[in-house]
Amino acid sequence: MEFGPHLILAILEGLVQASVLTLTALGLSLVFGVMRVVNVAHGEFFMLGAVFAYGVASSIGGAPVVGFVAALIIAPLLVGVLAVAADWLILRRLDHDPERTIVATIGMLYVIQQVTLMTYGPDAHPVAPPFNQRIAIPWFEFTGKGLEFYFPWGLSTTSYKLFVVAAAIVAGLGVWLLMARSRLGLILRATQLDRETALAFGIPVARVYALTFGFGAALAALGAVLVVPIQQAHYLMGGDPLLLSFIVVIIGGLGSLRGTVLAAVLIGMSNGIISVFFSPTLAKILATLLVAMVLVYRPQGLFGKKPA
Amino acid sequence: MVSKKSNSNPANRRSVLKGMAAIGAASALPGFVPFAEAGTNEPIKIGFQVHRTGIGAAYGRWYDRTTKAAVKVINDAGGINGRPVEIIAEDDGTDPKRGAEVVEKFATLHKADIAFGTLFSHVVIGSAPRAGELKIPYFVVSEGHHVASGMLNRWTLQPGITDVKSQVQAMAPFVAANLGKKVTMIFPDFAFGHDHRDYFSAAIEKQGGNVIAKIAIPPTETSFTKYFAKIPRDTEVIYHVMVGPAVLTFVKEMGEFFGPSRPEIFGFIDSLEAVDLKTPGLEFLEGTYFWEGYNRYAQPDQSDVDRFYRAAVGIDNNGASVSDPKDVSTAAHMWGCWETLYVIKAGMEAAGYRGPKDRAALVEAVEAMTTMAEGREHPQGDKLFNGKTHQVFGHQNISRFEGGKLVRVHRTSIEDTLYPDEVDYTKMSF
Repeated sequence: MEFGPHLILAILEGLVQASVLTLTALGLSLVFGVMRVVNVAHGEFFMLGAVFAYGVASSIGGAPVVGFVAALIIAPLLVGVLAVAADWLILRRLDHDPERTIVATIGMLYVIQQVTLMTYGPDAHPVAPPFNQRIAIPWFEFTGKGLEFYFPWGLSTTSYKLFVVAAAIVAGLGVWLLMARSRLGLILRATQLDRETALAFGIPVARVYALTFGFGAALAALGAVLVVPIQQAHYLMGGDPLLLSFIVVIIGGLGSLRGTVLAAVLIGMSNGIISVFFSPTLAKILATLLVAMVLVYRPQGLFGKKPA
Repeated sequence: MVSKKSNSNPANRRSVLKGMAAIGAASALPGFVPFAEAGTNEPIKIGFQVHRTGIGAAYGRWYDRTTKAAVKVINDAGGINGRPVEIIAEDDGTDPKRGAEVVEKFATLHKADIAFGTLFSHVVIGSAPRAGELKIPYFVVSEGHHVASGMLNRWTLQPGITDVKSQVQAMAPFVAANLGKKVTMIFPDFAFGHDHRDYFSAAIEKQGGNVIAKIAIPPTETSFTKYFAKIPRDTEVIYHVMVGPAVLTFVKEMGEFFGPSRPEIFGFIDSLEAVDLKTPGLEFLEGTYFWEGYNRYAQPDQSDVDRFYRAAVGIDNNGASVSDPKDVSTAAHMWGCWETLYVIKAGMEAAGYRGPKDRAALVEAVEAMTTMAEGREHPQGDKLFNGKTHQVFGHQNISRFEGGKLVRVHRTSIEDTLYPDEVDYTKMSF
């Protein structure tokens, strides 16, 4: 492909990746920010979102749009409830101790993955997109007659991919409104700032923690529901999102939502663009290098705050 | 925001790093494996290395069903040398390291007579050296050229499925004559895909064509548009072969990329094995061509043998499970398990096989085989076995995508698939 159309295609692919990554990483960042828990099972909640989406969509049947909308609501909710239960049953009993919860969430990772394998099976299943029109994108060139528009070969996206980007922006704004403007957000931020003082002021910290863990997992599941009509639900799909989310959260700054969003867009876009022009392996190498650089020269991340 | 990098609460960063290290450590743990107890010595025990999980799972499920079906037919007819056949299946997770461990378990723990059934080439390459050390016959059903290339050992044989080199060599004349001469290849980035890349490139050049771009994709990849952007504009034919859980996404995104102006497309059915061809998004494949080792759809000239084989394995005329039409089989490959088991049966009977001390005699008996006639033992067609290279040769099918089905348009001769020997395993010691 020529350079111009090639670049546009790379940006479009990167945008879709960045959108899903933003939601997933926001969930991880929120859980870490508020609870100081490094949730290694986060990728599995992502996977569960996709698997539940397949379950909901295939059991409802009918038009794809009905199944998809149902999945969009039910799957994150189910995953959220599961995560709340996991916090209540496991993490709370460890007093949310940062080190022991790492081990506990690794255990959760295996339990979730193996239970999915035993029930859902090892196959990948697609969810039908609610709509999916191919959209050819015009490009221009200067010829003897002046500016001319044409449709380059292969330069296209689909309406559904654009929808994923839009949906991620809306969901991201929703999270920001919740954190910055609502009473619940105030409580979350208070707990994040100082757990003891929040407790002294009558905030039910244990319940806030459970809620946060559930909300973080639901965000990952939401990202998965959006991506599952493009990719497919598979029991091993949680690995990549987990790694990328960690990279994003470290670069963006632990617990900083603004940093997380910015880093997700940066990593998602650069991943897309570098993958298209060079190779996906190089994209991963560069992202990892960036993490190393951030850790050495700016350990709190781009937007990380020093805890009080 | 704080710009000082000291006092930045190292505990938090450290805990994140610990988490990442822990992921790495945890992923190195072996999967959960139940230890089966060793049974009596009476039945002939065949250790079945099956891809129950991992990227080969869809193939594994159908290799399992085909194997069970063949063993039932064999046992109903009196077994091998009057002894029943017992299958000891172990999951290898489609992982080479685990594969070698599974072979070892067959030899030492289960006291299996032979090992059998591996498909994915990296697992075969990882397991075969262990089989050679343990001196256990290892019958693979893999398609990889690694057996005939001489890379493995005397204990590893592929008598029930043809290899990639012979397949692509037989496809190249059809592609060059009917579809075009400038080819872009898209293939998975591991041994199996490299076989396609190397041998098809060579074969198409002999036909006066050439491969103008080679696009390798990691088999665990989940999104593909970024790779399609590398397809040169002057491509006449796309040659695609893909494996792994994301094959459907691969083909769909290819359709979305090309839109209304696709080049000619020739694919190995691997790209859509176990996938329903009527899935929305695959309509663009109408009029494209596929290699099939075995025709997924019953053809108009269906033979009695094909009817018998489909009924025994439990697939209908569309190549899907009779109990669930959405459960589509890996028809183009799984017949290899059926035929391999019959070769093992014939080999054991010729060698008068009684127990593990006759393992070398079994290998020699199989090496002595040449022609195999079409029939219930070989439903895919007649075969020619090369004892020196441990590789079987057979007919290949080219099918056209018509109305969501695959209709055979060409069947190659066995001669089309032959190439000079690259090894003589019979000269190696046991």
